[in-house]
Amino acid sequence: MTEKKPLIAVVGAGPAGLSAAIEASRAGARVLLIDENQKPGGQLFKQIHKFFGSEAHKAGTRGVEIGRQLLAETQASGAEVKLGWPVYGVYPDGRVVYGSSQGAKSILADRVVLAAGATENCLAFEGSTLPGVMTAGAAQTFINEHRVLPGQRVVMVGSGNVGLIICYQLMQAGAQIAALVEAGPAIGGYAVHAAKLRRAGVPVYLSHTVHRALGQDRVEQVELAALDERFQKVEGSLKTVEADTLCMAVGLTPMVELAALAGCALTESPVLGGTVPVHNPDMRTTNPRYYVAGDIAGVEEASTAIEEGRLAGIAAAESLGLGTADAPAKKAAVRESLAALRAGTFGAKRFTAKEAILAQFGKEAAI
Amino acid sequence: MRIQNHPILGEAPQPDTYIYFDGKQIPAVTGEPVAAALLAAGVHTFRHTAKTGQPRGIFCGIGRCNDCKMIVDGVPNTRTCVTPVREGMEVRTQYGLGEEETAHD
Repeated sequence: MTEKKPLIAVVGAGPAGLSAAIEASRAGARVLLIDENQKPGGQLFKQIHKFFGSEAHKAGTRGVEIGRQLLAETQASGAEVKLGWPVYGVYPDGRVVYGSSQGAKSILADRVVLAAGATENCLAFEGSTLPGVMTAGAAQTFINEHRVLPGQRVVMVGSGNVGLIICYQLMQAGAQIAALVEAGPAIGGYAVHAAKLRRAGVPVYLSHTVHRALGQDRVEQVELAALDERFQKVEGSLKTVEADTLCMAVGLTPMVELAALAGCALTESPVLGGTVPVHNPDMRTTNPRYYVAGDIAGVEEASTAIEEGRLAGIAAAESLGLGTADAPAKKAAVRESLAALRAGTFGAKRFTAKEAILAQFGKEAAI
Repeated sequence: MRIQNHPILGEAPQPDTYIYFDGKQIPAVTGEPVAAALLAAGVHTFRHTAKTGQPRGIFCGIGRCNDCKMIVDGVPNTRTCVTPVREGMEVRTQYGLGEEETAHD
């Protein structure tokens, strides 16, 4: 009997993938959730800060706790979870190929939800390959998940929310922030995060960038250069900062490779991190078998990833004739929640960018 | 350095086992990534590049960038940031692609 249930494969066990798996299972689908990592949760378990938003969006709850809740719900939902298996291929017909040291496997799914996430951007400069230069996410993983401090004096490049929050978390872990460096003329992230750093006396360098990192076998010094209004380095503006670690928090890029393999149309969305799969309000791509959710569909936050995952899970099941009675009301509630998460000064930009992607879906469909 | 007395996370798990780094015994926590044990022991150079011998260490920390590859229990090109610690593991600095005969210094 169970074998006859339609199969929904979910790629990626972060906040979006877990949420999609939970909803699709609850709707009555057989669900296979696959992730390359040994542990589920994606990057949620290094988010030890409390989330923003209303209570409905789990605001005031720390990311780790949200992760634990999602794992418990996934387990209760009956979804099968395969860990340590990177998905390295998908075909337009729904075939998902995954492998490990135990060999390669493939499965033909009726629907596939791609929740592959995003990858951190980095800068190239002299010394950028020296040990001690790392992504901000790497530092966050080590301090909050593995509980090891990668360095004592840190230069953070990038003042978006990721840069600001990780600066603060590095300080909580016992490190000193030698400099917070921002290429733009103003702090990029929320004022409330920036204020914490200012109160702690963190030196902030606006309109600056890293010129080079110096050191023998490890970062010992970081040279900063001032930038003019056209983001060109100002001659004679170099400053040297003593530091053993340099972290880069300079944005994320959606990992759309699998969507491209599945033949999903892609579009450009600079606000949401670059190339993203075109999708409709159900998170369906231009390949009707494929859905996307979370950062792969445009870099936002864990809270939006959870809602998009739910939406994709509900809609993918609905398209297979599962949970059709409840689906319209459930989807409407999730969309309302997403709109609330994309409200306000910071959210409005993302809201508009998402609308542009949805508009693109109409055009692709017309062709 | 292991983080003690974290204001939110409290006490960190203490080492309960050991691994070998280039033949030297270092403390480790069972199941943590090899890279975490190395950083805690003050090791920052994990490998040297094939052509110019430049040092490389932790970069992305989540198994994506391949900068932290080392020879683990004789297997070269092992990503230490996603390889869990087991008691007595032999971890060695990798030179180039990890073929013994090409090791220098």
